[in-house]
Parts: sequence; C-alpha cells; structure tokens
Amino acid sequence: MSALTLEGVHKSFGTNEVLRGIDLVVEEHEVICLIGASGSGKSTLLRCVNLLEPIDSGRILVAGEEVTARGVDANRVRSRIGIVFQAFNLFPHMTVLRNVTLGPRKALGLAREQAETEARALLERFGLAERALDYPDRLSGGQQQRVAIVRALAMKPQLLLLDEVTSALDPELVGEVLNVIRELAASGMTMLIATHEMSFARATASRVCFLDAGAILEQGPPEQIFSAPREPRTQQFLQRIVEAGRL
Amino acid sequence: MRREGGRAVGVALLSTVAVFTGLGFAVVHAPGWKIVRSQFFSWSHFRDGFPEIAHAFLLNVQIFCIAEPIILVLALLIAVVRSLPGPVFFPLRALAVAYADLFRGIPTILVIYLFGFGVPALQLKGVPQSQTFWAIVALVLVYTAYVSEVYRAGIDSVHPSQDAAARSLGLRRSQALRYVVIPQAVRRVIPPLLNDFIGLQKDTALVGILGAVEAFQQVQIDQAATFNFTYGIDAAVLFVAITIPLTRLVDFLISRERRRRQVAAVAA
Repeated sequence: MSALTLEGVHKSFGTNEVLRGIDLVVEEHEVICLIGASGSGKSTLLRCVNLLEPIDSGRILVAGEEVTARGVDANRVRSRIGIVFQAFNLFPHMTVLRNVTLGPRKALGLAREQAETEARALLERFGLAERALDYPDRLSGGQQQRVAIVRALAMKPQLLLLDEVTSALDPELVGEVLNVIRELAASGMTMLIATHEMSFARATASRVCFLDAGAILEQGPPEQIFSAPREPRTQQFLQRIVEAGRL
Repeated sequence: MRREGGRAVGVALLSTVAVFTGLGFAVVHAPGWKIVRSQFFSWSHFRDGFPEIAHAFLLNVQIFCIAEPIILVLALLIAVVRSLPGPVFFPLRALAVAYADLFRGIPTILVIYLFGFGVPALQLKGVPQSQTFWAIVALVLVYTAYVSEVYRAGIDSVHPSQDAAARSLGLRRSQALRYVVIPQAVRRVIPPLLNDFIGLQKDTALVGILGAVEAFQQVQIDQAATFNFTYGIDAAVLFVAITIPLTRLVDFLISRERRRRQVAAVAA
C-alpha cells in the first residue's frame, strides 16, 4: 500500500488554476522532491495533501484511506501528516517546549508529562535541548526551523511535508536544517519536499518531480532528471538554476 | 551619555516649570480668578464634601467591578462569533453585527434611560426591579459592543499562517482559536482595551440619572445645597486616583511581558 496517492487533483483559486490534474504515488520511506519555478503549484500541492486547502476534483489517499472523501475528519488526517512551512510559523507566545507539546497534548490527548518527556527527547536529538524554555524570538532562523520540524515530528507523522523550509534562511543557516532532513531521510521517514536546493534534492531524493504550470511534467530518479532531463521545459528550468549558480 | 541624559532632564524640568509658571500666572491674574477660586477651589468645601462623595464613589467602583469582567468575557464571545466562517453561521454573524452597530450607535445615556426606567416599569415577575441593576446591564451592553470590536481587530491581526500551523497539528478550529489565535490577539489589544475601561469607569457617573447616589449624583446634591462647585473637584480626584495607577500598572505588565519574551529563560 502506498503512503500517499494523488489522482487527478485539481485546484483553482478563483479563475487561477493552480493544480491541473496531479497524479502522484509515494511509497513508504520514499523521499520525493518537488522542483519547479515559483508559482508552479508546489506549495499548493502540499497544502492540499494536508487538507489545509480543499481540492476541486480528484482524490487524495493516505495509506489507502481516501482523505478527500465526504465525512472524513480532517483533524484526524492532519494529525497523521506533518507539515513544515517556509516561514516556520512557530507560536511566538509559547516557549519551544510548549510549541512542541501543543499538538500531542491537545490533538492526541497525551498527558503533559508524557508529551514533555517525548518533546525533550526529540529536542535533544536535534541539538535543541538547551532551548526548550526559550521563546522563538530568541532563536536563530535555523534553530526556529529545526524547532518547527521537531514540532511536526512530535505528532509521530506517517508522512512529512516540507514546504521550501530553507528559503527564508540566511545562507549560512541552510546547512543545519538540511542536515536534519538528511537524517530523517536516512531514518526512513516518508517525505514530500518542495525545494529550491537542487544539490540537496540530487543527493537525498529517491525521486524528483518537476512541476510546471500545475502539472507534473517529468519525474524520475535524481540522476536522470538533473543529468538527462527529457522535457525541454525541465532543461530550460535547470539551465536557469545552473546560470544562477545554484547547481 | 550620562551627562547628556542629565542635561536633557534638566532642560525638560526647566521648560516644564517655565510653562506652568506662565499658565499659573495667567490664570491667577485673570479678572474673574477670585470668584472662580472661591466657587471651584474652596479648600473648606473640598474637605467637607470629600467623605460623603468618597462613600458614594464606592458605588461607581462597585458598578465598574461588576461590569468589567462580564464585558471582557461577553465581548470575546461576540468577537469569536463574528469570526465564524461558513454560511451555516450567517444568522449568528448577522446578529452579532447588528448588536455591535446598534449599541455603539445609541448614546449611552439613552440606553441607561431605556433599561433603567423601561424594564422595571414592565413590572414583570421575577425580574430585578433595581434601577442600578439595569443601569449595569445597560453599561455592559454598550461597552461589550465596543470591546468586541477591539477583540475582533486583534483576532484579525493574527496572521492566518498561525491558524494554519495550529490546524496542521490536528487541532480543531476551536482549539486553534483558544491556544494560538486568541492569546496573541488579546496581548495585542490590551492598550485599546484599557482605553475602553477608562471610558467605562467615567460612564459609571451616568448611573446617577436614575437616582442612585453615586459620586456625581452626590456632587450635585452638595452643589445644590451650597451653591459651590468645588465638590466636582472631589469627584475628579477620586476618578483620577483610580485610572492613572491602573494605566501605569497595565503599561508595566505589557513591558514585563515583552521583556520576558525577549530575554532567554534560565534553562531548567
């Protein structure tokens, strides 16, 4: 059974059709990188999978269950799928520890003590143990994004969605966040990653999908996509990335 | 730096003294000053009137202390109702909008008249007959309308990405509001909330029109008896004695909250 299946997913904002029929199958332990220009629909795709945006037509299945069917409890679905945003979206009025324990306590109903023990273990694992009682304002961008990843992991998700998680970071802070994602990939976490970090995608992805104007134009193993792209649009996009010195 | 700071304080002090001396001089040398002083600033009247006015002022404080917590809770409820999405909640939203528009539009004194004289006159069984009770109800209705708008502005000012982050963790809409959106919204609107509460404190004086002897009513009684206006100063002193410390307290709480968020907590 696939971890995630998308069948003919369409999504429009007003007259602007952002997703024009997405078909995608993600197997367990796969790391899929979504690449493509800004506005190609990467973020919208992730938000639709997490049911933060309702889709117009098509189906989304998580571990075989159709989550876009009528009457499905969206909160239960979301608690099984983690998402990390470009702008971190940490809760500024809560300490790091409370940011991380809020979901487990309120959505999963864990006791405070258990949630905190698990949260501290996760923070420890990602080098954030000393920051548990700090407020997000006091952390560097890289630390904030790592906390956001820990917050998603605290829910023990079956699937993790990462939405350009390094795009808002200063260049010298990108590495620490990518290292965390590499570690997660190595530990077998199923991930769907929208990214502009091509070298990272090349090294880490099991499969790369090139999105263009709301459709997956081409997909395959990273070596093939980056070294021998078939579609002219893919070649064009990668050419621009190379010219910008990002690959 | 220290020396410059000291200099700035000195200049501020000097200019303040100069301005107030000038103003004081102008007032004291005005042609009518003698009459004004005996009518508005008579120490003996101030002293004689103070105990009774202070006693009456307790009613203002009581009204305020009952009304304020009710307003805080009710207004938040209405603000939340107005933020409910979807067509199902349209009637509730419409009701909340109509309420806020109506009670912000009618002069407070009219609302107090309508409730204070109107409802007891109905002579309904089991309904309180106390005019003070209905005056409090009127104040609560008027100020809840204002305060719900303040809350709503606060809720709207919290970026939608905060709600998205909370919902993405599997929190229900109500949980996202309670734990993520409202705590941030309330922190942001504390200064305008305080503004409305100072307004409420002063408007407790309107309850006197129903006959209850609160501070302003007592002032009028004393004035009518002596033809001296100094008693108004007694009341003014009492009102200010409450509002100014309250303002400073809230300023202090806000800055402490800000510091707490910015200073690293000692690791546990």
